[in-house]
Amino acid sequence: MGKWTRRAVLSAGVVGGTGLMVGVSVRPGNPTETAGHLVAGEGESLLHIFLKIDSDNRATAILPHSEMGQGAQTALTQMLAEELDADWNLIQFVEAPAEAAFANYAFGRGYLFKGVEFPDAIVPTVDGLVMKLADSMGMQVTGGSMSIRATGQYCVRAAGASVREMLVKTAAKGWGVPAREIRTEKSKLYHDKSGRSAAYAEFAAAAAQITPSSTPKLKKTSEFSVMGQSKQRLDIPSKVDGTAIFAMDVKRPGMLYAAVRRSPVFGGSLRRIDDREARAMNGVIDVVTLPGSFAEGLVGAYSASDSVAVVADSYWKAEKALNALEIEWNNQGKDTVSSSSIFEQFDRDIAAATDRQTDVALGDANTVFEDARMVLTADYRVPYLAHSCMEPPNATAEVSSDRAEIWIGCQNPLGFRQHIAAQLGMDVESVTLHNHFMGGGFGRKSNADYGVQAALIAQAVGRPVQLVYSRQEDIRQDFYRPAVQSRFKAGLDNSGKLVAWHNTYVDKRDPVEAPLIPYAVTTQDIGHVASPTHVPFGAWRSVDHSQHGFFTESFVDEVAHAAGKDPYEYRAEMLKDNPRLLAVLKRVAAEANWGSPLDAGRGRGISLQESFGSVVGQVIEVTVSGGKTWVDRVVAVIDAGFAVTPDGVKAQVESGIIYGLTAAMYGDITIQNGAVAQSSFADYDAIRMHDAPVIETHIINSGADIGGAGEPGTPGVAPALANAIFDATGKRIRTLPVMNADLRTDSESSPSVAALTH
Amino acid sequence: MTTFTLNGETRSVDTDPETPALWVIREQLDLTGTKFGCGMAQCGACTIHVNGRAQRSCTTPIASLEGAMVTTIEGLRSADGSLHALQQAWIDQQVPQCGYCQSGQLMSAAALLAVNPNPTDADIDLAMRGNICRCGMYGRIRSAIKQVAGASFYDAMGGAQNG
Repeated sequence: MGKWTRRAVLSAGVVGGTGLMVGVSVRPGNPTETAGHLVAGEGESLLHIFLKIDSDNRATAILPHSEMGQGAQTALTQMLAEELDADWNLIQFVEAPAEAAFANYAFGRGYLFKGVEFPDAIVPTVDGLVMKLADSMGMQVTGGSMSIRATGQYCVRAAGASVREMLVKTAAKGWGVPAREIRTEKSKLYHDKSGRSAAYAEFAAAAAQITPSSTPKLKKTSEFSVMGQSKQRLDIPSKVDGTAIFAMDVKRPGMLYAAVRRSPVFGGSLRRIDDREARAMNGVIDVVTLPGSFAEGLVGAYSASDSVAVVADSYWKAEKALNALEIEWNNQGKDTVSSSSIFEQFDRDIAAATDRQTDVALGDANTVFEDARMVLTADYRVPYLAHSCMEPPNATAEVSSDRAEIWIGCQNPLGFRQHIAAQLGMDVESVTLHNHFMGGGFGRKSNADYGVQAALIAQAVGRPVQLVYSRQEDIRQDFYRPAVQSRFKAGLDNSGKLVAWHNTYVDKRDPVEAPLIPYAVTTQDIGHVASPTHVPFGAWRSVDHSQHGFFTESFVDEVAHAAGKDPYEYRAEMLKDNPRLLAVLKRVAAEANWGSPLDAGRGRGISLQESFGSVVGQVIEVTVSGGKTWVDRVVAVIDAGFAVTPDGVKAQVESGIIYGLTAAMYGDITIQNGAVAQSSFADYDAIRMHDAPVIETHIINSGADIGGAGEPGTPGVAPALANAIFDATGKRIRTLPVMNADLRTDSESSPSVAALTH
Repeated sequence: MTTFTLNGETRSVDTDPETPALWVIREQLDLTGTKFGCGMAQCGACTIHVNGRAQRSCTTPIASLEGAMVTTIEGLRSADGSLHALQQAWIDQQVPQCGYCQSGQLMSAAALLAVNPNPTDADIDLAMRGNICRCGMYGRIRSAIKQVAGASFYDAMGGAQNG
């Protein structure tokens, strides 16, 4: 295991020196280069990954993905080691610097490589998204559960394999033997006939003169010895003794601290500020007003309103002085907006169906509904959600007249660097960005607003500044999983079979396939209407799947019950032609002992969701008592094609489930007077130790293309939970979070019992 | 001036007596393993030991530490430099994901085991409920605590049980 430390990464900077470096093109036919930088040609040919071998025979993967908890860096290193035939004890990784040479074009390409078959109607949208990503030269994104399935599969493995080929070729020449007689094992080359052997390092410099192949021979699954093993994560030792360096742990000589407040009403601008009291406070250095910023984010543009920052010689003083500011905002007429007015708007827009865009149209829904024996309708709603990463947004900046240096933890280092440079009025080359471990990301840290704020504050005061968001600012100035409403209508024939599915929802983002159902329903009409609000959108773990997983898998459950069928069997019946999904569904039912009796007050619910290339089935068991829901057990099955690090995949599923469960049980960002009403973990709580369920995760290696792991665990939690609550109580949850639902039985809600329970 | 023992060393700081210990430890004493999560004692990321008990440093005025024995994550190792049994269990069970809350989780768990070497699930729930992990690694934290506690109860139950 390498002596990898965050500090080493930062001090190393761009790779150079005597090491062997190789770049591998993701596109066949792309020229590759042996230098640390590749010039992108015609906006498409980007080079992705580098590998070096030092004179001590240590291999280092330089990976264009950041670490926010998901552990992908270790898994990617396994993929490299596998193809390189590297000794696991002689390989380490560093995160790639925020340089154009490491722009992550594969993120976009992954959608195509994956070979997902979308309905014809949405193919143009898919292509548009890929092209948009492809055209974004500045992308170095970690998100979309893409690290392993895109970068790993199409870049990292090829890098390892081509370097291995180059080393073999070089050794063959050096030893004067045929290359086919040379074998590799644990970072060494062997020619058994002559008894010769050498460390990779011996031939590394010479091999670096060869142009790497972009189409090296990759191993078959049956040949894997490192991929598929639960290697311990390389970053974990530093995370148990306080030595892991997060962005907030950076300290610069003479550094000051800043606390910030952005217009609480989104879109507001600064009208007037009285900072006399704040400026007079002990330790306060300056009060800085900051303009709003605008930038292209991961899945669209974002804008951030004006803000005010207090700079002091300690963070606590800055925060205290911030609260002493008297600020008047111009709320641009948005201060009358509330969650209820937003949902009223959704209701109107769905009913009007003006300019409804179709995702899927199969058969003639109107005719089928006329002939249906039973028609079911339902409206589902989810609220806004904040990410509430454990580490609030923060950044440290040092800005002189012609240079800037930023220390930050983010999901798109190169993109952040570009945005920050633009806001400072500098060339990208004048800005250096050091990316750090993130204390959680979940999509929040793909928007550069907090980095921009830090840079502007540092520019204003002319000294190094560390900006830290308070928890209140984090919750009130997030980019939110949108509030969404979804209206369903289902038609059942005489046998109870689902024959028509009609669905209209608001706010379509990404992935495009999120609202689709996998079931064999011959008549479908799925579409969406625009219903914009002033609340800023953000990618939130699993993005659109987070709401549509709840909507579709809950409504299918309703349909099954209306048909008088078992919800598991009903789903299975509709998946006869989809063996991959059916296998996951059957496995999760078996592992959960589906159908076995439960005590009164307990219930069991099931869900199935394909997202980010993986299929996840979940069965949740609950106890509902006194109106309170306890989640007792979650059984999950994931088919991610092939689990590169099985324990890592399990950890991601566990994490995705708890994240989804927090949202389903408690997550409720509400808008009052145009602003977010919540401000802390007291009113935006998370699942904690005492209410965390037992989670049992099972992995299926189906051999399908490798899928993601970071997000697919999340979408299926809410529906499995709601379906379990229905099983336990007969009450259908159609609006999240669960905590807002009255689940008391009639006797529990009678006045006398209510009095007793208080 | 406040004087206290920090990870075995006597330290004195001259600052506003109301300053939360968290910021003194991080900014003035340069020990950054203790994390800021909420500033309101709601998440546990800043947990330290004060005279052996788990305490949220973000709401602990520095003046209240006068004469106290304070331990942070940096001082959790044994005197010989080896990892605390819980730190090793955290590695064995592959607990951390982002890792940001784990200093606080470890300090809460260590304070629990110091007074209760064989905690029940209910004991663990009570001691750990003040520590949020947004990566949701509660099952692994529970397993790691039980690994150290060596509780036969855990093995008999066949895995982490909910309280």
